[in-house]
Amino acid sequence: MANPLRGEVIKLYKTLLYLGREYPKGPIYFRERLKSAFMKNKDVSDPEKIKQLVAKGDYVIKELEALYFLRKYRAMKKRYYEPEK
Amino acid sequence: MSGRVLVGVKRVIDYAVKIRVKPDHTGVVTDGVKHSMNPFCEIAVEEAVKLKEKKLIQEVVAVSCGPQQSQETIRTALAMGADRGIHVEVSGKDYDSLGPLQVSKILAALAKKEEAQLVILGKQAIDDDCNQTGQMTAALLDWPQGTFASEVSLEAGKVKVVREIDGGLETIKINTPAVLTADLRLNTPRYATLPNIMKAKKKKIANMKPADLGVDLTSRLEVLRVDEPPQRQAGMKVETVEDLVGKLKEAGKV
Repeated sequence: MANPLRGEVIKLYKTLLYLGREYPKGPIYFRERLKSAFMKNKDVSDPEKIKQLVAKGDYVIKELEALYFLRKYRAMKKRYYEPEK
Repeated sequence: MSGRVLVGVKRVIDYAVKIRVKPDHTGVVTDGVKHSMNPFCEIAVEEAVKLKEKKLIQEVVAVSCGPQQSQETIRTALAMGADRGIHVEVSGKDYDSLGPLQVSKILAALAKKEEAQLVILGKQAIDDDCNQTGQMTAALLDWPQGTFASEVSLEAGKVKVVREIDGGLETIKINTPAVLTADLRLNTPRYATLPNIMKAKKKKIANMKPADLGVDLTSRLEVLRVDEPPQRQAGMKVETVEDLVGKLKEAGKV
């Protein structure tokens, strides 16, 4: 159990859980999917493979941040700016 | 230029929440509704933090006026990179009548007290859509103003601001100290990540009352009634061109 990467994986999970609170389809939808995605890989023990999966998680974080930004930006643009011709 | 930047942040109902008007038409429902930082204020914070990262300024101070919960908004600004916060506590009746004039009085007093070189605000808040606070603050301080900024650059005691105006851009150069208001395209605000929010808990938030700044909050405005926008009328389907022309004639459009 005392995998040196354990802390990193938990940190990733917490960060994703936090980001999921703003997910357009709701935090519950997000949490279920997040949990199943992590549980799917619970038996992975190869450090290289775990690192790869964590990197994939970091990528998802970036994508989510970009998604939230764009969503807000588009909402503001639609509300306050004339559509471009 | 070195010095301090004051950034105003406002706590508003989250942009994604559907706004509901109170049944007695005195305002909108705010209890139990998700709040977050005004999107334009996020852009203002980001700009100040960017200036600090370029070492053009030394300190970013985030200010918010409002009830206890406004501290969360300040916390978000601190997580985005502001150095410290000032919470001007306004609650109850004063908060209900808190408008751009009262806020700009507070900001002007704080800008003087903190000897700020720049005041950066969002151009408007998404709740009252007043678009006045920046302009009024500049007027009260008698400082130059660069509103609707879509590009800001500092150069030796001056600020070059590219402003978004109707049908184009305007570039102005103003002296500091100055007041700037951020438009949507100024930058892309960073996300306040979980570790940064945790770190922000260690940063200081000073608490003060408007009276400490010698600001009088009496409002001369009275809200008479708040209404929802009119509902869109249902459309109808017509079978043929004749039907369409007939209906249009009936409605007096042709």
